[in-house]
Amino acid sequence: MIKIQKLVKAFGYFPVLRGLDLEIGAGQFVALLGPNGSGKTTLLRILAGLSKPTSGTITIGGWSIPDEIAAVRQQLGIVSHQTLLYDTLTAEENLLFFARLYNIPTDERMDRIHALLNNVGLGARAKDVVQTFSRGMQQRLAIARALLSDPAILLLDEPYTGLDQDAAALLDELLHEVAGVGTSQRTAIMTTHDLRRAYELTTHVAILQRGKIGYFGETAVIHDLPALYAETVEAKTIT
Amino acid sequence: MKKMSFVTPYWQVVGAVLWKDLRAELRGRELVTSMLLFATISVLIFSFALELDAQAQSETVGGVLWVTVAYAGTLGLGRSLAAEKDKGSLDALLIAPVTRSAIFFGKMLGNFIFTLMVAFVMTFLLTILFNINLFLPILWIVLLLGCLGFASTGTMVASMSVYARARETLLPIMLLPILLPVIISSTRASIAIITDLKVEDWLPWLQLLVFVDGVFIVMAYLLYGYIVEE
Repeated sequence: MIKIQKLVKAFGYFPVLRGLDLEIGAGQFVALLGPNGSGKTTLLRILAGLSKPTSGTITIGGWSIPDEIAAVRQQLGIVSHQTLLYDTLTAEENLLFFARLYNIPTDERMDRIHALLNNVGLGARAKDVVQTFSRGMQQRLAIARALLSDPAILLLDEPYTGLDQDAAALLDELLHEVAGVGTSQRTAIMTTHDLRRAYELTTHVAILQRGKIGYFGETAVIHDLPALYAETVEAKTIT
Repeated sequence: MKKMSFVTPYWQVVGAVLWKDLRAELRGRELVTSMLLFATISVLIFSFALELDAQAQSETVGGVLWVTVAYAGTLGLGRSLAAEKDKGSLDALLIAPVTRSAIFFGKMLGNFIFTLMVAFVMTFLLTILFNINLFLPILWIVLLLGCLGFASTGTMVASMSVYARARETLLPIMLLPILLPVIISSTRASIAIITDLKVEDWLPWLQLLVFVDGVFIVMAYLLYGYIVEE
């Protein structure tokens, strides 16, 4: 589904990603872990086509980045720690705007918007302006926005930032039930610093260290994720 | 298979971005209100500061109009693009399967409408304060073309400066020198029309304005994708 080979990204003379290789299969839910500055967000931004790689090859669903980015964008949904929403528009207007951008057929738009709003528990607030929503509600709306085009791949960039416990628990449910991440129909990559959540939610774990993948494997075979994380991060830092 | 189009139709994107900006402004009234307040205060200061006879007033009012529109417009441009960047919604636009210049034209049309509204209100205000009739059909064409040049150049430069830390300072420093051809030709054409000079006195300025608008719009169309790219 996603194949990354020898990916390098440098800002000026400072390399952030240094020959990163990673292969993610269809339906996998991958937790992308790593210390601050290890390149997690940079990697997601490259996959989303927001940043160009310095060198290396990336293919998503057979399409290469950045040459065939238009085809890749059709398959992507993004949830970030920023909601990427417009505060002065209503929930319905926000989704309607993105439905137009994603060329969702006119006769399907409103049905799909209302179905998604109901799924994320915001059906009753469809006509309310986003700036009146709590942070948790805004993040649920952000998930609805990301799912509007029914993307095959979800990129989740620290989606739990700023959420209280209840809102975070609700987001856990949403990611499984509504977004269907980690199921055969949807692949997801989530950057996070929350090791417990990464362990509980994901099917695979990738640990970034010094711009490369220090560890990649199935979550189910990991006995102690914090220990593995510390070992991977610290071992490579010394060299 | 690889020949099929994955990109949303161009004018649908332009329309969607324009609809979003107008809808947000109708509800929030942040941009036009601040632009109008700034422009009104500026015009009032000019009207009290410049004690001129009738002839000098008619030769000055065109300059006052365009200086005010340019500064108030710059204020609006900064806020328009900064709001997209600060809330991350610019990323959401750029991730969508759309041609990037379509985003530019949507934003530009929104900024054009807001700037034109300010120019219209200022024309009305200057007519009262300077006691000179500015409701001249040909002057409206200058206003339309001048605001179009301002919005196209301004949207492009504001998209560049929005990534900088000191963007509020950087935008006018970058924008105003680039805008000089638009401001000079708009001002000279306006003054010639208001002072009732012959067609051959204002037509070259109008032609220059059309040319400059065309150049800036084509440049923005070609370069916008590179401007918003990291």
